[in-house]
Amino acid sequence: MKNTWIVAKRDLGSFFSSPVFYVVTTVFLILYGFIFSNILSFFSLQSFQSQQFRGMAAGLNLNEMVIEPSFHNTAVILLLIIPLITMRSFAEERRAKTFPLLLSSPIHLREIILGKFLACMTLVGAMILLSAYSTGYLLLVGQPEVGPILTGYLGMLLMSGCYVSMGLFASSLTDNQIIAAVISFGLALFMWIIGWGAQAAGPGLGQVLEYLSLITHLEHFLKGLMDTSDLIYYFSFILFGLFLTYRVLESSRWR
Amino acid sequence: MIEVDRLSKSYGPREAIRNLSFQIKKGEVIGFLGPNGAGKTTTMNILACIMPASSGTARICGLDVFEQSLKIRELIGYLPETPPLYSDMVVSDYLAFAARIRNVPKTRTTLAVDRVIEKCSLTEVRDRIVGRLSKGFQQRVGIAQALIHDPDILILDEPTIGLDPIQIIEIRKLIQELAASHTIILSSHILPEITQICKRVIILNDGEIAAVDSLEALTARLRKGDRLFLRVRQADVGTIDKLNALSRVVAVTQQEDEQFVIECEPHANIQDAVAKLALDQGWGIVELTPASVTLEDIFLKLTLEENEVNL
Repeated sequence: MKNTWIVAKRDLGSFFSSPVFYVVTTVFLILYGFIFSNILSFFSLQSFQSQQFRGMAAGLNLNEMVIEPSFHNTAVILLLIIPLITMRSFAEERRAKTFPLLLSSPIHLREIILGKFLACMTLVGAMILLSAYSTGYLLLVGQPEVGPILTGYLGMLLMSGCYVSMGLFASSLTDNQIIAAVISFGLALFMWIIGWGAQAAGPGLGQVLEYLSLITHLEHFLKGLMDTSDLIYYFSFILFGLFLTYRVLESSRWR
Repeated sequence: MIEVDRLSKSYGPREAIRNLSFQIKKGEVIGFLGPNGAGKTTTMNILACIMPASSGTARICGLDVFEQSLKIRELIGYLPETPPLYSDMVVSDYLAFAARIRNVPKTRTTLAVDRVIEKCSLTEVRDRIVGRLSKGFQQRVGIAQALIHDPDILILDEPTIGLDPIQIIEIRKLIQELAASHTIILSSHILPEITQICKRVIILNDGEIAAVDSLEALTARLRKGDRLFLRVRQADVGTIDKLNALSRVVAVTQQEDEQFVIECEPHANIQDAVAKLALDQGWGIVELTPASVTLEDIFLKLTLEENEVNL
């Protein structure tokens, strides 16, 4: 555990000393801010109209109409942005030939991988935290339900964990950061839309595809549901990604 | 301290090393010598537990490099061919990181960093960013990184490659200082370096050991006879014949007008005879020295004409 933290701390240090993190975070926040303000003004327009016509503004649900779509959009932006954070993890170590330092140190390979995972998750967590001003604002001016907000953030974090573990796997495959980013973006997008095949496929396979899709499970969290099956799905997804990374790095030692 | 037994490693169909066996005693400074692609780096990578061997065993301090690699890694300091430097870090931070992943306790990290900074003369650059340092300093940071946890064994893969002559001398001096208290394995394809630093050499060629011996023994073994180098003030056409006519002389070659290499039978001690001849003939001796077989000769002999050398 101590070694994991040492690796994570070094990675974080190099993220914060390079412009990549700041640029990525800025772009993320600008996009998110734009989307959020649009959703919000659409909501206020609607509530204004419904008040005029029927005098039932209270019937419009802030959670359903603002928070949920915001989370949805965040998930899409993260899908685009997380590969840029994870791409350097192993690819850069290989390219700069710094990996032997870690490999010749008395530290287990799984500690290296967990350290990198922790570093990327910390960054993603920081980005999500920075974007939380929006929900803070809503809590200040309105009365949204707190439960679905909390489960929503948990779902976001878990889904980001899946993106990160896929990103680390992609990064372990190559010493080229761009290739790593493209592969992890492709994987993440594929896991996102895999459920689309559900209707065309038979009932059995369709259910499997539906279950595999990242987005299906996020829906439950956004609705305020915390189901063990969703938790298990996300945790096993993350572990599987990290396990594949481990196998790739382990086998590259033998080659 | 290090025992290697029938170690082999293949990358796909290509065999990088075949059946290497050798021993290294505590406190020895060993040189791995060989042309590029001879298997030096592969052997060192296996010893540093970076990659496992395809077959055979290597034991360090009685521990197997494959089975107990985590323990061994605490005993070893490794400098790969390209120093593993995070170019965006400050020198002292980088060394502190290296100390921490090498299990140096947190309370002693600063002490360890200060120690290697002084040892490798990095004081003036300790607050600078690694990527902006000159190659010589980067190499020294690489060595400092290998020393940070005060390991018993140092494995240095071509530590002087790509440096300018002054830097090479500095690094060499540093390694010689370290040799007093460490077991060092050093690889190089630069021969004088090995001659200066190492007591024993392992010559690798095409993945196999061509020779393991001390420098003196190697030189002695490969010497088929003694050689004398003679330079005179004035030589004439008959000089070669007259030198050839001396007893126990095997061959005489003329290098330039007034320079000759005389090859004679081993332990012939013909200096007196040569000198007397030169004096009698009035050639005027400028220089008369025993020409020793250099490591270059051995190396070339072993790697190019290995069939002729019976080991």
